[in-house]
Amino acid sequence: MSEQEALFRYTLRMGDNSLVLGHRNSEWCGHGPVLEEDIAQANIALDLIGQARNYLTYAGEVEAKFRPSALPTGQAGPLRTEDDLAYLRGEREYINVQLVELPKGDYARTIVRSFLFDAFHLPLQQALTTSKDERLKGIAEKAVKEVTYHLRHSSEWLVRFGDGTEESHRRAQEALDDLWRYTGELFTPDEAEEVLAKAGIAPKLADVKQEWSATVDRVLKEATLKRPADGWMASGGKKGIHTEHLGPMLAEMQTLQRSYPGVEW
Amino acid sequence: MATTNEKDWPLWEIFIQSKRGLDHKHVGSLHAADARMAIENARDVYTRRNEGNSIWAVRAADIHASKPEDQGAFFDPADDKVYRHPTFYPMPEGVKYI
Repeated sequence: MSEQEALFRYTLRMGDNSLVLGHRNSEWCGHGPVLEEDIAQANIALDLIGQARNYLTYAGEVEAKFRPSALPTGQAGPLRTEDDLAYLRGEREYINVQLVELPKGDYARTIVRSFLFDAFHLPLQQALTTSKDERLKGIAEKAVKEVTYHLRHSSEWLVRFGDGTEESHRRAQEALDDLWRYTGELFTPDEAEEVLAKAGIAPKLADVKQEWSATVDRVLKEATLKRPADGWMASGGKKGIHTEHLGPMLAEMQTLQRSYPGVEW
Repeated sequence: MATTNEKDWPLWEIFIQSKRGLDHKHVGSLHAADARMAIENARDVYTRRNEGNSIWAVRAADIHASKPEDQGAFFDPADDKVYRHPTFYPMPEGVKYI
């Protein structure tokens, strides 16, 4: 895989992760457990969607320079914009990790999922601030501040749930046990990630995992929650193989653009 | 949206300082379980459009207010004491913002 193609897949994945999680979080808008959290989730969703815009715009520009033969329906051609990439790709062309596409569940589940992702996302973005790719570096510098807050928010709530009532503890632990199997994929590099790690453009995921693991241990301890044992881990998202949940989510997200192609307002 | 939290979570008054050196101004209120949550909620609710660089949160229950019925006794006596206003001095030239 050429460096350009790796960069395309990498930026696409970064964009997909942020976009899909941003969409999931936005599902709380108007349904938050309390007004203040409703607004907090909407803020976080907007941060993530903003990051997705940066990554997908860049991905489109990188892609235009070569033929992305690795994509199922990939073709060289005119520049795909952020909107083309977000609204006109099917489920199998999304290459986000499965963790971010799972349904939002109850608020404990949303918080646990966000926490597991944020604890990965922050060291990843921090590492990208020293990337040899200027554009990735620029995107990361802005994202680091946002993601620092996301992790603070999800950690705070995880501690409140874990160390809260019997019921909140039970729900948080259940969500944690259930979602744990989706964390393996975060740290299993695909070819694109390996190529870019070698080129000094992206960090080694093993390094990111160390920081993730330390954050997880620290916060779970404070939350009086038990870290699940590593067992079977789900994977496939990075190759476009998804859970049953991504398709319906994309259908909802894309329906306007699919029904009225090119519509603007 | 659930409203049961209003029983459990106290009300906080939020003050935002827009620029260093200026006063913290009252911007509104919100519910939160404790001070830390109040400040984080205030960040999300009241500083989304770059309104501030510092937040104060005060439990609404800790604010004591004068009573409307005391208005006459409290404030009216000052009405006829114009000599308390520094309006009898000539302003030196070039002094601004007074």
